[in-house]
Amino acid sequence: MTIVSAVQLSKTYRAGDVDVPAVRDVNFTIEPGAFVAFVGPSGSGKSTLLNMIGCLDRPSSGRLTVLDTDVATLDRRAGAEFRGRHIGFIFQDFNLIPVLTAYENIEYPLMMVQNWPQAERRERVMGLLKAVGMADQAAKRPDQLSGGQKQRVAVARALVANSKLVLADEPTANLDHDTAYRILELMKKMRDELKTTFIFSTHDPKIMREAELTFMLEDGRLAQNNSGAARHG
Amino acid sequence: MGKVLEIAARNLMRYRRRTLLTSLLVVIGIVAVLLFVAITGSFKALMVGQITDSMLGHLQVHRRGYVASIESLPLNLNIPPQLAAQVVKALDGNPEVEAYAPRIKFGAMFSNFTETTSVRVNGVDPERENMVTPLLAGRQLDGERGGPLVKRGEMLVPVLVARGLQVKAGDTIVLVTTNKDGSVNGKTFLVRGMLESATGPGGRDGYIHIEDARELLRMTEPEVTEFAVRVKRQERAERAAAALEGELAGVKNKQGGAALEVHPWQRLTPFANIANMIDVLTLAIKVMLVSIVLVAVMNVMVMAVYERIREIGTISAIGTPPRRILALFLTEGLLLGVLGSVVGTGVSLAGIYALNVWKISYSFGQQQGLLLVPAIGVQDVVSIAGMVIVVAILASLQPAWKASRMDPITALRHV
Repeated sequence: MTIVSAVQLSKTYRAGDVDVPAVRDVNFTIEPGAFVAFVGPSGSGKSTLLNMIGCLDRPSSGRLTVLDTDVATLDRRAGAEFRGRHIGFIFQDFNLIPVLTAYENIEYPLMMVQNWPQAERRERVMGLLKAVGMADQAAKRPDQLSGGQKQRVAVARALVANSKLVLADEPTANLDHDTAYRILELMKKMRDELKTTFIFSTHDPKIMREAELTFMLEDGRLAQNNSGAARHG
Repeated sequence: MGKVLEIAARNLMRYRRRTLLTSLLVVIGIVAVLLFVAITGSFKALMVGQITDSMLGHLQVHRRGYVASIESLPLNLNIPPQLAAQVVKALDGNPEVEAYAPRIKFGAMFSNFTETTSVRVNGVDPERENMVTPLLAGRQLDGERGGPLVKRGEMLVPVLVARGLQVKAGDTIVLVTTNKDGSVNGKTFLVRGMLESATGPGGRDGYIHIEDARELLRMTEPEVTEFAVRVKRQERAERAAAALEGELAGVKNKQGGAALEVHPWQRLTPFANIANMIDVLTLAIKVMLVSIVLVAVMNVMVMAVYERIREIGTISAIGTPPRRILALFLTEGLLLGVLGSVVGTGVSLAGIYALNVWKISYSFGQQQGLLLVPAIGVQDVVSIAGMVIVVAILASLQPAWKASRMDPITALRHV
C-alpha cells in the first residue's frame, strides 16, 4: 500500500479572469514510514500540494489518492472526518489554541474530533508529552512556551490520534537553526517509533538535507527527486 | 458537551473586558424589563383591582342597548323578572362565576333639605354586592362599619356630594327621582357614611338597599338594571364574558335578536386603555431588550469569529467537524445569554425586594397614598430570561455558521 499517490495531478486557481496553475502534471508515490520533503521557492506549489494531500483542497485534474482514498471523492464533511482520522498537521506558526494548555492542545483532537474516553486520552497525551520532552510543561499555555516548545506540542498534537500521515508546512521556518534541527530530529524519532509518514515543505536547503526523500518543485512542476519512492518499515 | 462548554467559557474570558461589557448590557436590559414588569404589574393590578373590586365587578349583564345609553341610566332598559330569572339560571350554572349581584341604577336628586344636587344611585343587595365588590365596604369613610354594606333606609353617600352639601353619617337626606312611568317619588334616608371617591365611572355613585330602590321607583315587579359578576380568575374575564354571552344568546327580544349582552370590565371603563397601554409598553420594552441582546451578542460573536479566523482554520484542518465548530460558537453566545440572565435576574429581584422594603407610595386618581408593591411571577422571570438566552443563541447563529463553513485554507492564510 502506498500512503500517497499522485498521477498527472494538477491544480489551477482562478484569479479574476486569469487561470493560475499552482501544480502541473505531478506524478509521485510515497510509501509508508517515509520522511519526505517538498522543496522549492515561494510560489512553487509546495503548500498547494500539501493542502491537496491533506484533503483541504481538491485537485483540478489528475488523480490523488491518500491511504487508498481518492481525495476528489471527499466532500467537506467527509474530508474533515478523513483528516481527523488519518492525518496530522504541523504549521509554520504552530497554530496552538491559545486558551488551552499544552496538555489540552494535544488532547483536543482526541476530545473534539475522535471522542476518546477520558482515561485513554490521558494515557495517550501523557505518553506523547514525555515522547516530545514536554511532560514538565503540560500545564502551560502557548504564550508561556518558546517557539521550539510550541512546535514540540504541535508535533505531539499531530500524532496523538494515531495519524498515519503527518503534513508539516514549513515547520521550521519560524525557528532558529538549532531548534529547527531538534524539531526535525524529533519528527524523525517519532517516525521511527510510530512508523508514521512525515511529509514537510521547506525552502531551506539545509533543512532539505534532513529529508530521506526530496521532491523539488519549480513553478508547480516536479523538477527532480533525490532517491525515488522511499520505502521504510 | 462539557468540554465544549469549558472551551467556550475560556474563549469568552480571553476577551474579558468585552465579555463583561456585553454581559453588562444584557444585565441592564433584563433589569429594566423585570423592574418595569414588576412595577407596572403592581400598578395595573391595583388599578384593575380598585375598579373591579370596588365598583364594576369583573363583568356585567345588561339588557341589549343599555350600555350604549348608560349615561342617561334608562329605566326602560331594565331587565324584567322573567329575563332576570334566565340570567340567574345561566350564572348559577357557570363554573367560572364566583358570585353575582343584581343592581338597580338610576339618577336622582339628592337634598339635605336646604340644597340639592344630582347623584347616581345604586340599589344593591348588600350581601351579594359584598361578594362581587369586596373592596366597596372599605371605601366607607365614617359612620357605622361592619355588618351589612347598607341597611334598609340607609344610604352611602359619595364623599364629594357629602362634603359639598355638608352632610355626615347620621344625617337625614332625601332622594327624589322619576320612575319610568314619569311619576316623581321621594324617600328620606339616613346617611350611613361617606364613601371614598374612586377613579372610574362609578366614583360618584351612592348606594342604597335594592328594596329601597324598588320602593323609590315604585316598581310593580322586581326588575334589575344589571347583574355585576365576579369570576374566579379576573384575567379570564373577557373569555368568561364571551362564554356567558354565548349561553344567553338564546334569550331573544321581540325583534328576534339577543335580549341580553355581557360586557367584561374592560369594555365598561376607559381605564382598560391604561391597562392595555401598560401591556403595550411592556411589549415595547421587551422588544428593546431583544434588540439590545441581539446587537450586543452578535457584535461580540462577529468580532470573535473575525479575530479567530486562523484558529478556526486550525481546528478545521485537524478534523473538527463543522457542526462542532458551530456548537462551540453557539455555546459562547449561550453562555453570554446565561451570564447576563442570571446576573440580571439576581439584580432585578434584589431591586424589587428593595422597592418593597422602601414602601413607595403614590396617587391614583382621587386616591392618595397607595402603596407600590412590585412583584414578579416565576413565569415572567423564566420567560424573560429564556427569551434573552434564546436571542443570544440566535444572535450567535450567523457568526457561528460562518465559522463552521469557513474554508480552512483561506482561514489558515488569514493574517
